Amino acid sequence: MAMNPLAMSACTVTNALGRGVAAALTALQCGATGLRRCDFEETDLNTWIGRVAGLEEEPLTGEFAAFDCRNNRLAWLALEQDGFSAAVDRAIVRYGADRIGVFIGSSTSGIRATEIAYSERDPVTGSLPTHFDYQHTHNLFSVVDLTRRRLGLTGPAFTVSTACSSSAKAFAVAHRHLQAGFCDAAVVGGVDSLCLTTLYGFNALGLASTERCQPWAAGRDGLNIGEGAGFALLEWAEPGDERVLLLGYGESSDAHHMTAAHPEGAGAVLAMQQALTRAELRPDQVDYINLHGTATPLNDAAEDRAVLRVFGPHTPCSSTKGWTGHTLGAAGVTEAVFALLALEHGFMPGTLNTRQIDPALGAGVILDHQRRPLHTALSNSFGFGGTNCSLLFGRRIDR
Amino acid sequence: MNPILSVESVGLLAPGLAGWTASRAILAGEAPYIAAPMPMPVAALLPANERRRVTNLVKLALHVAQEAIVQACRDPQTIRTVFASSGGDSAVLDKICVALTLPDRPVSPTHFHQSVHNTTAGYWSIATGCTQPSISLSAYDGSFMAGLREAAALAWTETAPVLLIAYDMPQPFPLAERRVIIAPFGMALLVNPEPNERRLAMLRLTQTAVSAASPSADPELETLRIGNPAARCLALLQAIARPAGQRVALVDDGGMGLKVEVTP
Repeated sequence: MAMNPLAMSACTVTNALGRGVAAALTALQCGATGLRRCDFEETDLNTWIGRVAGLEEEPLTGEFAAFDCRNNRLAWLALEQDGFSAAVDRAIVRYGADRIGVFIGSSTSGIRATEIAYSERDPVTGSLPTHFDYQHTHNLFSVVDLTRRRLGLTGPAFTVSTACSSSAKAFAVAHRHLQAGFCDAAVVGGVDSLCLTTLYGFNALGLASTERCQPWAAGRDGLNIGEGAGFALLEWAEPGDERVLLLGYGESSDAHHMTAAHPEGAGAVLAMQQALTRAELRPDQVDYINLHGTATPLNDAAEDRAVLRVFGPHTPCSSTKGWTGHTLGAAGVTEAVFALLALEHGFMPGTLNTRQIDPALGAGVILDHQRRPLHTALSNSFGFGGTNCSLLFGRRIDR
Repeated sequence: MNPILSVESVGLLAPGLAGWTASRAILAGEAPYIAAPMPMPVAALLPANERRRVTNLVKLALHVAQEAIVQACRDPQTIRTVFASSGGDSAVLDKICVALTLPDRPVSPTHFHQSVHNTTAGYWSIATGCTQPSISLSAYDGSFMAGLREAAALAWTETAPVLLIAYDMPQPFPLAERRVIIAPFGMALLVNPEPNERRLAMLRLTQTAVSAASPSADPELETLRIGNPAARCLALLQAIARPAGQRVALVDDGGMGLKVEVTP
């Protein structure tokens, strides 16, 4: 039997394309990238980044001052967009604050606060400056703690931290918690912000491109780090529901290598097949795939093999990393919202920055924007440690 | 959904608690608890080159995970996993943050890939060849309870056994001044929604408002319980160790708690 679908009854994104869903939709439809040459703080890296403008000028104050750091500012900013918090208020009236879960993906949370604190250590004692608040900034849970306080929620809550699959897995967590009866609705999301750890870390691994990233291109040479936040309110779909639904999800582990994807994409195949099984859909019933598509040579090759194996060469797919950069733990929810926009507005974004597809790759990657009514869209998110998650969205299917 | 879980096995490592078999009488109150120094395990699961590279936190988590798998006579390739840790590998994060203060910011690629919260999960899946789903989570001091809830949700919805691993280590200086974790603590629970003859105890979970977590009756174990987020499981482990069972309350600092009725 197909899984009980969840309705996405509200959603929002903030990233290099701007604040809120409308900014993202406009940029996706007109092919305007959010990437810029790396100008983050005092970095000296020859790469491109997807940066959210204005975070430096918008500190958290008042009762939330303890949470002030780049990551939590980004979370707060995103929660202010698209009437998201008002939608959660209505859900509180309907379900009760203690029946709504909060599950947010983040890979580095507020580690930028710790990086700054280390640069300000006491020269004699080595201690961190007194203003540094580990619990409310660096700790992975701080973004969930902030979000549930801001929204007034007291249901089950935790941070999912599985690198770049984090916020995709938050959707799977929400489905389980609703199915198990721990909550009746859930706020899911992902928040990751620019920090030196990821900028210099990906650089050390040789995975950061000196150009705007070019997913699936023959000459692709790496990713661009982006920052972003996204949230969705999930509740059980109702009979005749017209909203976009989470129809299926799949999760797996590669059991192969800490940073390199399985060369045949074996784990990705499992995740995509499981999402189809949960939704009771055949591969040919998927209209569009939003690829993980980071533009590193190995990741794209592995995902290409996996997509070919499950879907063959004809299912249209694209990577939107050329718009936002790779927003790491926020990539899953960001691209889930992009999938929702594609379904609601009847279009498939192309693959920005890529001019010619690598002839060694065979999936049905589209380079240019296409208008077409869509019924279903799959979104892939894969990460370090060999973690894979695929989400399948769509309208209710008449069987 | 029937809110029942069977506990098939426990893995445990902390000062004075060297494995479930050696600790059961202590936790049941039949033998005294002595906080003896804890030798670090060797991560026998990993190939020699990886064994040298992984941190003590990873070794601790892999050790208790393996103990629970062996005790339950389970094939690890068939088991979904939930890894719960408040802070993850702060020893690695400390090294990265120090490197970022040096000229040219020489972040080690190895440290960077070990810095993700799911590093332990990655090593576990590679070492065991397990392609099952795995999640790594944090809920600060409520991380164990969040992990138990996720493990229960996973076990019930998939009708499958789940291995929950909770683990945290003292942070290195200077982070240790801002987050006090007094001792290493690692714990693994293999839970199954379908009880079998191997079970140690049955858990009935009820989500409800909880004013305070159940303490440990032993003052030294209570110090450990509140001194490491992973050790918040101690009152539950004590109830599992006792032949009569009892009720245990778990809570975090802002959400709903769990009441767990433990029966033989």
